[in-house]
Amino acid sequence: MTDTKQKTRQVNVTSKTSVSVLFAGDSGDGMQLTGTQFANTVAIHGSELNTFPNFPSEIRAPAGTIAGVSGFQLQFSSKPVYTPGARFDVMVAMNSAALKANLKDLHRGGIIIAGTEGFDEKNLKLAGYPEGVNPLEDGSLSNYILFPVPILQLTREALKESGLSSKEIDRCKNMFVLGLLYWLYTLPLEGTFETLRAKFQKNVHMAEANIRAVKAGYFFGDETELFANLGRFDIAPQKQHGVYRRVTGNEACAIALTAASKKAGLKLFLGSYPITPATEILQTLAKKKKYGVKTFQAEDEIAGIVSSIGAAYGGALAATNTSGPGLALKTEALGLAVILELPLVVINVQRGGPSTGLPTKPEQSDLFMAMYGRHGDAPLPVIAASSPVDCFYATYEAARIAIEHMTPVICLTDGYLALSSEPWKVESPDNLADITPHFHAPRQPEDPPFLPYKRDDRQVRAWAIPGTKGLEHRIGGLEKQNETGNVSHDPDNHELMTRLRAQKINQIADSIPLQTIDNGSEKGDLLVLGWGSSYGAIKTAVEQAIEQGYNVAHAHLRYIHPFPKNLGEILGNYKKILIPELNSGQLIHIIRDTFLIAPEGFSKVQGVPFNEMEILIKITDIIKELQS
Amino acid sequence: MTDNTTVPVLPILIAKDFASDQEPKWCPGCGDHAVLQQIKNVLPELGIAPENIVFVSGIGCSSRLPYYLATYGVHGIHGRALPMATGLKTARPDLSVWVGTGDGDALSIGGNHFIHTLRRNPDLNVVLFNNEIYGLTKGQYSPTSKVGLRTVTSPSGVIDQPFNTAALTIGSGGSFFARAFDRDGKFLRSILKSAALHKGTSLVEIYQNCPIFNNGAFEAFATPDNKANNTVYLEQAKPLVFARGKRGILLDGFQPVVVDLDKDGISTSDLWIHDETDINKASILAHFADDHSELEEPLPRPFGVFYAKTRITYEEALIAQINDAQKDGVGTLEQLLKGDQSYEIK
Repeated sequence: MTDTKQKTRQVNVTSKTSVSVLFAGDSGDGMQLTGTQFANTVAIHGSELNTFPNFPSEIRAPAGTIAGVSGFQLQFSSKPVYTPGARFDVMVAMNSAALKANLKDLHRGGIIIAGTEGFDEKNLKLAGYPEGVNPLEDGSLSNYILFPVPILQLTREALKESGLSSKEIDRCKNMFVLGLLYWLYTLPLEGTFETLRAKFQKNVHMAEANIRAVKAGYFFGDETELFANLGRFDIAPQKQHGVYRRVTGNEACAIALTAASKKAGLKLFLGSYPITPATEILQTLAKKKKYGVKTFQAEDEIAGIVSSIGAAYGGALAATNTSGPGLALKTEALGLAVILELPLVVINVQRGGPSTGLPTKPEQSDLFMAMYGRHGDAPLPVIAASSPVDCFYATYEAARIAIEHMTPVICLTDGYLALSSEPWKVESPDNLADITPHFHAPRQPEDPPFLPYKRDDRQVRAWAIPGTKGLEHRIGGLEKQNETGNVSHDPDNHELMTRLRAQKINQIADSIPLQTIDNGSEKGDLLVLGWGSSYGAIKTAVEQAIEQGYNVAHAHLRYIHPFPKNLGEILGNYKKILIPELNSGQLIHIIRDTFLIAPEGFSKVQGVPFNEMEILIKITDIIKELQS
Repeated sequence: MTDNTTVPVLPILIAKDFASDQEPKWCPGCGDHAVLQQIKNVLPELGIAPENIVFVSGIGCSSRLPYYLATYGVHGIHGRALPMATGLKTARPDLSVWVGTGDGDALSIGGNHFIHTLRRNPDLNVVLFNNEIYGLTKGQYSPTSKVGLRTVTSPSGVIDQPFNTAALTIGSGGSFFARAFDRDGKFLRSILKSAALHKGTSLVEIYQNCPIFNNGAFEAFATPDNKANNTVYLEQAKPLVFARGKRGILLDGFQPVVVDLDKDGISTSDLWIHDETDINKASILAHFADDHSELEEPLPRPFGVFYAKTRITYEEALIAQINDAQKDGVGTLEQLLKGDQSYEIK
């Protein structure tokens, strides 16, 4: 996408619309920090961006091996971007394992900046290259634009007067790379300097050394002849004016819970147990004490949810966050929350399963567990977030439904959304929906008896919290008599209560928006129906397919239980429905079961998100088949 | 609050004001009835309005307790009463939160929550009904059943060592442990009151007879003679005396020794003086219940407050942190949404 070329100083600056970059190195090379810092600079510069950190579950897997490779991918652009890019245009490979692990996803003709010290005999061996083979030297990378840079040596030279130990100097090499990439993309350095000064407030030497390393990388770009032919690039910032912040999905969930508590006038309580990739929600909320947030790091997943149920009984906005194995442990308590009819938000950050599975990798395979994973007939609302920023809106909506409909709600995100980030135009409090808890008023002795399970026309009971005079009552996990809440083993009553609890959830469909078409015509050949984090890949693929003249549309589900009332009607408007999922086919079962139709599934279970290319190919294949 | 605000005067309540309209469904002769009665006796003495009291329970016979009290109550799931109560107390420190639990609920399925709750020390009053058996599931051995007990799941006798509740409580960092007996109502009442007044997690283990599945488990302490000879009642700053004043306990180093007071010129001033703030002595008392067949004289079973030492509660510490974070003002929704790393694109 080359638009213009102009000459500044010695090198050309080429304008581009978008670029996807991967920083890859060993887990100890600081690639996450480098990528995050680069993303911050790009965001503040005003570009649209989408990031995807990809790292192993081990904190320090054996250095130099494929297992230890840590990557941070981001796409930044002059127009909206919804994915980190199907393939990357530029790869920074700090060592040979990073190159080997990621080369298949680099565009043909893409740029490789390779840290030559990571390609010595030892590293090549650890990465599994045959003896005597060095990809930087054997011509095997001739389809790419290769820049071997002695990153470590140049960093050492730049910092030899810094007074830091040699170990400390070596750890600055990621900042050299950062400076080089800033040069390549004509980005400003000052924001990073400020960040480094703040980070190393108590160690001025360290701050200055890191800054010097950034500058050294930048000047290296300027001075070396290496990049003379390639030149530099400029991604013109196009973002609308306004105040922005960058959030990851996990941060967005934490902010949403706090915002919902403020908006509802309730105190927030989070009972939680650390689990990858959901832990940052607990960590973020633990830092929100200024907003009155109470976090409780429980002894296990069960205590996490049960403490939240206790807090909900006491009148707090109560939440718990977890990932697949943790949700499995919480299922008994979810049944209790269902029968008690108390509000509770459960955020499940899905990861590859079953069992420990792929703790740091995304998957959408907990949908069945969210929908059906409880003993007894225990329906509850299930909603899903579609982007890092959307984690805010989905979680906020989960809190609204929980509080206003007196029910536990499961909000599904995944490891991709949780750790990826996007710029978010700062939201105004006025734009957030009101949340109105329905507390039961105190009762005088002469008033009629209090009936804890008396329902309104939405089948919702009132929240009767301790401390309210005249409402002393006892509830529990035993089946209760309709209205009085007293223990009852009556057969007809159990059937009635089971039906009422389900009806309450079904009636939530009256208070949620109708399903909309995200892109494409309202009738046509193919509807791609997605849910969750595949939004960006589907959106990009459908946009491209429409540009290419295909008759295809995209609808993305926020509400999975209950479905929006018009979903069946929408599905009837297309010849074919395609459902891409990062599982072996779960939503497709629910759609088939609910609407008695035969959609086509598209499964991917590799622990990595969809990319737009594979969905685009699927779309075009289906439509070509429909037309033949 | 204006100057004319007056503190509301609580109506004088009596035990029956704390009885709910539900008839207890425990077996006739079950020790649970006696414990319920003493709880109802103690509650009016605390000066807390019924709407500010919550009873939380897990699963088991004893966990039906909340249904029979005219306070707020929530009957949860098996083993999880303590985290539920912790969440409630953390969210609502203004409430008086009680937990009714049993030996299976608290020490088996809820064992993990038991130790962690004690170390955190939220201000809860935990009433542990220990009948050394699973009652509600009809007579399987529990984690406090004695070795050798024959039950439906241990037809040849229990082979696992029972938990020592007192030692477990103290070892977990609990700030209060007391033992009482269902048959000794007056004493139980005084122990429950001490527990209620203790700030922090107070753990009261009540030896409670199950007449159906483990009848007579505590017979060794039940009849007047057994009680006199086999138990020692602890009183703060008083010597450890039992057997109707004829015998006492000396501390020989770390070893408790039973002595006859009318022999050997030993007087009560030579005896172990009970100090409920001394964790070392509390630990020794906790192990009176162990097998001491090596001793010439068996040690009596202690009843009363073994250990009570106030330290900061979980909710107090959390609120102190929140207050500190809010010393320059409570965060607003605008601040929250904007965050502290926002940037402007002009």
